[in-house]
Amino acid sequence: MLDKIKQFASEFFVTGDPLILGAQVSIGLSMVAMIFVLTYFRKWGWLWKEWLTSVDHKRIGIMYIICSIMMLFRGGVDALLMRLQLAMPNSEFLQADHYNQIFTTHGVIMILFMAMPLMFGLFNIVVPLQIGARDVAYPFLNSLSFWMFFWGAMLFNVSFVIGGSPDAGWLSYPPLSELSHSPGVGQNFYIWGIQISGIGSLATGINFIVTILKMRAPGMKLMKMPMFTWSVFSSCIMIIFAFPILTVTLALLFLDRFLGAHFFTLDGGGNPMMYINLIWMWGHPEVYIVVVPAFGIFSEIVSTFSKKKLFGYKSMVFAMLIISLLSFFTWAHHFFTMGSGANVNAFFAISTMLIAIPTGAKVFNWLFTMYRGKIRFTTPMMWTVAFIPCFVIGGMTGVLLSVAPADFQFHNSYFLIAHFHQVLIGGVAFGYFAGLYYWWPKMFGFKLNEHLGKWAFWLWNIGFYVCFMPQYFLGLDGMTRRTYTYDFDMGWGPLNLVSTVGGFLMGVGFIFQVWQIAHSIKFREADVNGDPWEGRTLEWSIPSPAPIYNFAVLPQVSEADAWWEEKEKRAASGKSAAPIVYEPIHMPKNSAIPFIISTFWFFAGFGFVWGWMWLTIPALIGVGICMIARSFSYDTDYYIPADEVKRTEAALKGAKL
Amino acid sequence: MKKRKLVRALLPLMMIAFIVVLSGCSQAMVLDPKGPVGAEQKDLIMISTVLCTIILVPVLALTAWIVWRYRDKAGNKASYKPNWAHSTTLEVVWWAIPIIIIATLAVVTVRYTHALEPSKPLKSDKAPITIQVTSLDWKWLFTYPEQGIATVNYLQIPEDTPIKFELTSDAPMNSFWVPQLGGQIYTMSGMAMTLYLQADEIGHYFGTGANFSGEHFADMTFDVNATSQQDFEEFIAKTKKVPTKLTMESYEALAKPGKSGVQYFSAIPDGLFEKVVTKYTKGQSAHSGHGSGETTTEAKKASGSETSKDMDKMDHSQMKMTK
Amino acid sequence: MAHAAAHSGEHAHDHDHEHDHESLKTFGFWIFLITDVILFGSLFATYIVLHQNTNGGPTPEELFKMPGIIAETFILLTSSFTSGLAVLGMNKGNLKQLIGWLAVTVVLGASFVGLELSEFITMVNHEGATISTSAFLSAFFTLVGTHGLHVSVGLIWMIGLIFQLRRRGITAVTKRKVAVISLYWHFLDVVWIFVFTIVYLMGVM
Repeated sequence: MLDKIKQFASEFFVTGDPLILGAQVSIGLSMVAMIFVLTYFRKWGWLWKEWLTSVDHKRIGIMYIICSIMMLFRGGVDALLMRLQLAMPNSEFLQADHYNQIFTTHGVIMILFMAMPLMFGLFNIVVPLQIGARDVAYPFLNSLSFWMFFWGAMLFNVSFVIGGSPDAGWLSYPPLSELSHSPGVGQNFYIWGIQISGIGSLATGINFIVTILKMRAPGMKLMKMPMFTWSVFSSCIMIIFAFPILTVTLALLFLDRFLGAHFFTLDGGGNPMMYINLIWMWGHPEVYIVVVPAFGIFSEIVSTFSKKKLFGYKSMVFAMLIISLLSFFTWAHHFFTMGSGANVNAFFAISTMLIAIPTGAKVFNWLFTMYRGKIRFTTPMMWTVAFIPCFVIGGMTGVLLSVAPADFQFHNSYFLIAHFHQVLIGGVAFGYFAGLYYWWPKMFGFKLNEHLGKWAFWLWNIGFYVCFMPQYFLGLDGMTRRTYTYDFDMGWGPLNLVSTVGGFLMGVGFIFQVWQIAHSIKFREADVNGDPWEGRTLEWSIPSPAPIYNFAVLPQVSEADAWWEEKEKRAASGKSAAPIVYEPIHMPKNSAIPFIISTFWFFAGFGFVWGWMWLTIPALIGVGICMIARSFSYDTDYYIPADEVKRTEAALKGAKL
Repeated sequence: MKKRKLVRALLPLMMIAFIVVLSGCSQAMVLDPKGPVGAEQKDLIMISTVLCTIILVPVLALTAWIVWRYRDKAGNKASYKPNWAHSTTLEVVWWAIPIIIIATLAVVTVRYTHALEPSKPLKSDKAPITIQVTSLDWKWLFTYPEQGIATVNYLQIPEDTPIKFELTSDAPMNSFWVPQLGGQIYTMSGMAMTLYLQADEIGHYFGTGANFSGEHFADMTFDVNATSQQDFEEFIAKTKKVPTKLTMESYEALAKPGKSGVQYFSAIPDGLFEKVVTKYTKGQSAHSGHGSGETTTEAKKASGSETSKDMDKMDHSQMKMTK
Repeated sequence: MAHAAAHSGEHAHDHDHEHDHESLKTFGFWIFLITDVILFGSLFATYIVLHQNTNGGPTPEELFKMPGIIAETFILLTSSFTSGLAVLGMNKGNLKQLIGWLAVTVVLGASFVGLELSEFITMVNHEGATISTSAFLSAFFTLVGTHGLHVSVGLIWMIGLIFQLRRRGITAVTKRKVAVISLYWHFLDVVWIFVFTIVYLMGVM
């Protein structure tokens, strides 16, 4: 009996690696510490009532961002471990299989569990406030989206200490990811972690499309929406068209592994190339899904800190929609070397290049927003200004990669790695950092310390170029991606060492950001009037942090930069705001169902991973019961009485004076 | 303090310049080709880089100048027009510039895509030599069907002679890449791809697997030794004399996952390569191509007619359907 | 940004809001259906790519028994019609008619699922055609099975809705719920027509 348990435990827990053992111990200790703190300060009830069951978009957004920063830490540690291993030729710091797990989890976590939740966090916090809404269209679904993401991410992360991480690359090409070559449970964790959180992403896409189309304040026409809202709309359009493809692809891969189907297997008539097509039909739109909202953030920030209207509004919108459309016709540029023939390659090469046109136009529009403006260099603006050269260079190397015959020389080399890190860090990460700094006061009611922020900014930026510029040359010198070691005589040592130094500079930059947050919490620079940056859009017209109902009275919009126009009008007429008649406000009730249903999904996924039907079936039944319970509950809303709104507003205004 | 903004805008350029000097660009393999295919690809890389630079440099300069000129500083005399937000002329200009550049690049790309189609024979007065490449876990098997020998992780070819590589895989997909000779091509099970390369000079060239295929993927490098015709013939003769022969049994053993050093075989079983290509196909021809491309236009998807026109015209000529 | 302070009576405000709320949910369901179209589109594409890879196993011509399939098709089409009748009854305000036709729809849907299951069981037990026989069968079972799963979920949903209707009658909320489920049901019908054409008809031709 004891032997059986030992045998099971040795398969169940990842053992034998000091790094992982250390991680296991620290995870255990931090969990104990968390439980102790919550119990000691009697915060369990508060956590449950105020956060875990909350359907308030602002709280959901904050939870997304917290998770995302944690995941940024984990993905960053993965990256630094890789850079350490590659710093020297013939390095023995990591074993091959460990290295493979690390680059796989690094990719998955950074894209799906860092960039996506950070993006969704900003969607949640900003969009309803920007369009003058009291919440998203479906607050309950919004909470469900978050918890599905959360438990999906947990399931994926648990593989690190239980069962073993996936190690077939971040997109898990078969047949390598099939049972024939990856018999362990790592691939199952990959499939279910992404699948569960992917359902959440799809729901978010639907939710925000409806929110933007149907919940705008009276008078806000589509062409008067803030640019960030437009970018969210484009991104969500891509989400609803792309994510179902991912759902299907992962499901088919799982059927292969679980029931012995033959979709992508070598034998039985399976077609591994079909997976590569399918996964990129989702994967390519996915990278635009994460970058387009960053474009929106830059548009807001450039306009605010240049004290000037955004230049070329219509052309910006048009460019974004064109990018969304084109993103679905470029997937094959990820495998020009598959030998699809000259015509197919030429088609996808051209469709890829075309994306440079709207993107280029956007860059010019940002530049000419600054032109004849008054540029204030706050941290959000610094990230934005740094983004332009970085993204332009990254975009250019992208154009180089799109030239199909030349791609035969770039493909899968470090040139490619440098390119996509340049657009993902220089575009997505810089954009979301900028957005985080910009909207932080709106979330928490205080600003982040600018001085430390500038340190973080310079470290990140310099670190970025030091890390990734050498990689272009390593790629041209024949160094392929995903290789865990190289010989001394290849001559790749010096540049790799430089690159590692750059990676660590970015790591120090991240530490500065954490310090900055801690410092700012301690020495609050309060945002007293809700408009710390002299903003232009509606979210700055209400107190920070926003009251639960956001707007005591829905605003009436007549211009694109609604809040700016209002301020101009007040300044011209010398009158302050018009007197207000309060009305009762209709609000959704909190619900525990999203949390519970997603927890059930986690267990169902966990059961699928191990093939434990005794766990999966009850968990899935639990999911079904939760759905039925939700369908039968009619008491889901309440009203905030008018005088309570009045009291809250008075208190907030009092606090402001 | 303000000067730093300018410095920062120029930083990427300075970094590039610095690193270019540092690494001695010309020594990078891809930019130092030793064969006609690699040389054409280098030309193409250069053309596309120049086209991109035409737009890149002005944009970087413009960024630096605007950020410097319009900073909010006491005494800055630059004009300030907070409501100037539209200019049709300017919009036309900066939509047109990328369109012109991309159109030029597109024409170049299409021409080169056809010219550099990997399965297109190279112009030469010498007859091409066929070498069959099989990627295994985690080693490369090279068979010389005309000479009846095989090597592992070592490739010897005569200079100035077109080499016709036929490539397949008996393991997860990989990619066959010799940077100094020319671009890579995937090796996939159930298909035989064709790639023509040629070495113009005698020398040792670095070859590698370029598509991740599992644990010891990093060990899938091989040496390509381009020699004179005479040395090549000597190499064949010498290899013919080695005691180890490749049989179906020893092939199966070789195909098992594991690392390998350089090996030589004096004989190969008949039709080994064809057997590997058709190994997984039962009662049907080898894979006809790749996953069909779906266009994401809803109507098309919903009606299930998923193949876009371009995909219908998929060129299978490079795939040898062996029955 | 003058504040829109059109002060309306509490009750009217309520009613407007209720209506607004429900139409919002219907709209969201349309968007969900778009995603479902793409899901099925991907499965159809997979099937079309793989349908010739029979791996020496049974081919479509050998497997598909058309009489049963045609019966399934008619049953599902009829159930689509009866769900439409249910909505008509609801619009007349006739709760009895509404529940009655919904019940008929459930029965028809259940018999469709039953027929499909028996078809699958015959394939597996008598023809030895399982999901792991060949790529063609993997794609076939997955595509048709996904549709069947959608129908089954719809059945449970409909039964739950019948209970809610009995308890609450026809209100703005239940009206929206019936409208949404009938939308879903028609959608599955359309998908089935594609399944019937692409999988079965093209399979036996």
